[in-house]
Amino acid sequence: VDVRDSPDEARFRQGLRDWLAESLPEGWGTPEWKWPADRVGFLKDWTRRTHDAGYSGLAWPREYGGRGAPLLHQAIVFEEFARAEAPEHVGLIGIGMAGPTIIAAGTERQKARYLKPILTGEEIWCQGFSEPGSGSDLASLQTRAVPEGDGFRVTGQKVWSSFAHFADRCILLARTDPQAPKHQGITYFLLDMHARGVEARPLRQITGDAEFNEIFLDEVHVGPEDVVGEVNGGWQVAITTLMFERGSSAFFLIGRLDVWFRRLLDLARTTPSDGGVAADDPRIRERIARSYADIQALRFTNYRALSTLMKRGVPGPEGSIAKLHYSEATQRLTHLALEILGPEAALGPGDEHDWRWQQLRSRGNTIEGGTSEILKNIVAERVLGLPRSR
Amino acid sequence: MDMSYTDEQDLFRRSVRGFVADRVTPERLAEIADGDEGWDPALWKEAMSLGLTAITVAEEHGGAGLGFVEEAIAAEELGRGVFPGPWLGSVILAQPALEADPALLRAVAGGDRIATLVGLTPYAVDAMAADLFVVATERGLVVAEPDDVEVSPLPTIDGTRRLAEVALKGPPAATLADPEGQKAVLDRTRTRALAALAAEALGVTSGALEMATTYAKERDQFGKKIGQFQAVSHQIADTFMDAELARSLALWAAGAIEAGEAAAGLAAAAAKAYAAEAAVRATERAIQVHGGIGFTWEHPLHRFYKRALWIRAFLGAPSDLFREVSAALLT
Repeated sequence: VDVRDSPDEARFRQGLRDWLAESLPEGWGTPEWKWPADRVGFLKDWTRRTHDAGYSGLAWPREYGGRGAPLLHQAIVFEEFARAEAPEHVGLIGIGMAGPTIIAAGTERQKARYLKPILTGEEIWCQGFSEPGSGSDLASLQTRAVPEGDGFRVTGQKVWSSFAHFADRCILLARTDPQAPKHQGITYFLLDMHARGVEARPLRQITGDAEFNEIFLDEVHVGPEDVVGEVNGGWQVAITTLMFERGSSAFFLIGRLDVWFRRLLDLARTTPSDGGVAADDPRIRERIARSYADIQALRFTNYRALSTLMKRGVPGPEGSIAKLHYSEATQRLTHLALEILGPEAALGPGDEHDWRWQQLRSRGNTIEGGTSEILKNIVAERVLGLPRSR
Repeated sequence: MDMSYTDEQDLFRRSVRGFVADRVTPERLAEIADGDEGWDPALWKEAMSLGLTAITVAEEHGGAGLGFVEEAIAAEELGRGVFPGPWLGSVILAQPALEADPALLRAVAGGDRIATLVGLTPYAVDAMAADLFVVATERGLVVAEPDDVEVSPLPTIDGTRRLAEVALKGPPAATLADPEGQKAVLDRTRTRALAALAAEALGVTSGALEMATTYAKERDQFGKKIGQFQAVSHQIADTFMDAELARSLALWAAGAIEAGEAAAGLAAAAAKAYAAEAAVRATERAIQVHGGIGFTWEHPLHRFYKRALWIRAFLGAPSDLFREVSAALLT
């Protein structure tokens, strides 16, 4: 156990801090900052520069554009980006889910074709897993992929797909054998979002914004080269993706929490209350410290998970709770902010920089990527060995 | 950054766990907790032979010279079996002060004497077992022999960790530290004690988790194992999450103390507050999962619950500790 950076980690961190200090976009983070009309183009450019400087895909293999560095360097990148409140990578689904899945289960051709454009931000990915009738019971999905020639024709409807309206590619699950038991008739595809028959429609959510989409698929052609794993063997690949979604994104998520926690401290210090400020109130102070403990617990749980992975090569049980805790911690944090805001909490909800928007958005955290209830089933059954509930 | 245990630490953990499981059976625990003394000299001697009283003591004073991470591993494993014995008083609370008197430190580390600290908390722990008292006074830190003090035992919720009021009868002989030195020693002791109690609370949580999980796999109702009902299994999953998060904070605190990090005090306060609450929740859920049997005196669960409540109350309630943490965050 050593809670400090090793000399190598400290050097890497300092280099990154220096780079961020001189490379952040002009005006970024100031009150005068305005997003350009082409927000995606701006983020793509930023992602390209991040990649060129050597700060994307740290733990990915060198031959596919990664850096082949220790996992801890990737964690440091997330921490320092959050610390500087730098713009995020443009392709979060590609970085967090599609890429790791292709590295783990993809063909040589798929790795060569898809990985580097994910890192550079040239190609943006989305996820086509959930359907209107298949949420927690994901394996009941009905989107069909019918063999045609040596490829497939895919027809169906997907939902909750972030970034689909500007994505280039989609990790997609479709049923290839309707007769087989539900887990054994699913195939994992890499779908071209520009192909004929693909339509993405934004879905307006609780915040009023449209971050998610529905995807309608009407006889979309997918070639055999875009199947990941075996035909009808997609469920296992999907589990891999979900593990990455809930696991490796942990450092990214803590970075976001760090940013919001700093804003919470500022809010408490500056919001007038009872002749002083909110930060004078012992009840508020206690809850701020509880949020801090929530965040530190998540941070060191992530480090423990990473240390186990680096030492033993397989993830330990600690990773299974990161998403469960993150989502609840975020909800508690945003509620505390609304409490501090007092009557102002009823205004808004404003945009994504606004606490009221964030509080509404946080309701999605315990639902997306596996509901808390499904995650508790996984802990109970797979980690603790309790009998299956279904 | 490395948050994993070494192979030697894993081995050490297994040996302490094996010792506690073997020697602190539910029957023995009940006998000691419900007995007159609340501890067992023979069991304490055995713990001594395992080196549990000399982990962080320097080798030149007869100790093992290990770090605080090992101390925390011992704390966790002792908590996992609600170990009855004057470990908290004689090791965690008394030893930092005794570093000023190597001969006494050697005697305590080697088990010839049992010490405790008076004055850090309103009630002293392990005072009935102790034959050496380190007392915080206005004049500084002093050492008192049993004849120099009056010990008034108090009924205590955890019968294995009894509290007492301890008063000095007259001016004591030996001084360990002047008032300024005393403050430094007490601050350091408090940080270490908070981190040790966080680890111990984690052990209690793990023990309760194990009991609840085992019971939910065995107990049949409505023709099923009760662990099949999500109303039951999700409570146990919540305890698992609490335990993992408490472990992360407890290990952060132990690692920060070992590395001499400035954040050690903050980490220890946050870890103890969090882990103590987690232990109380874990034991309450375990009692609920066990149903009526978990509410009986005969079942060992109430010993775990009472240790959790004891830890939560000692050295600062969670709300006080969290406010202390907030002072460091908001300055």
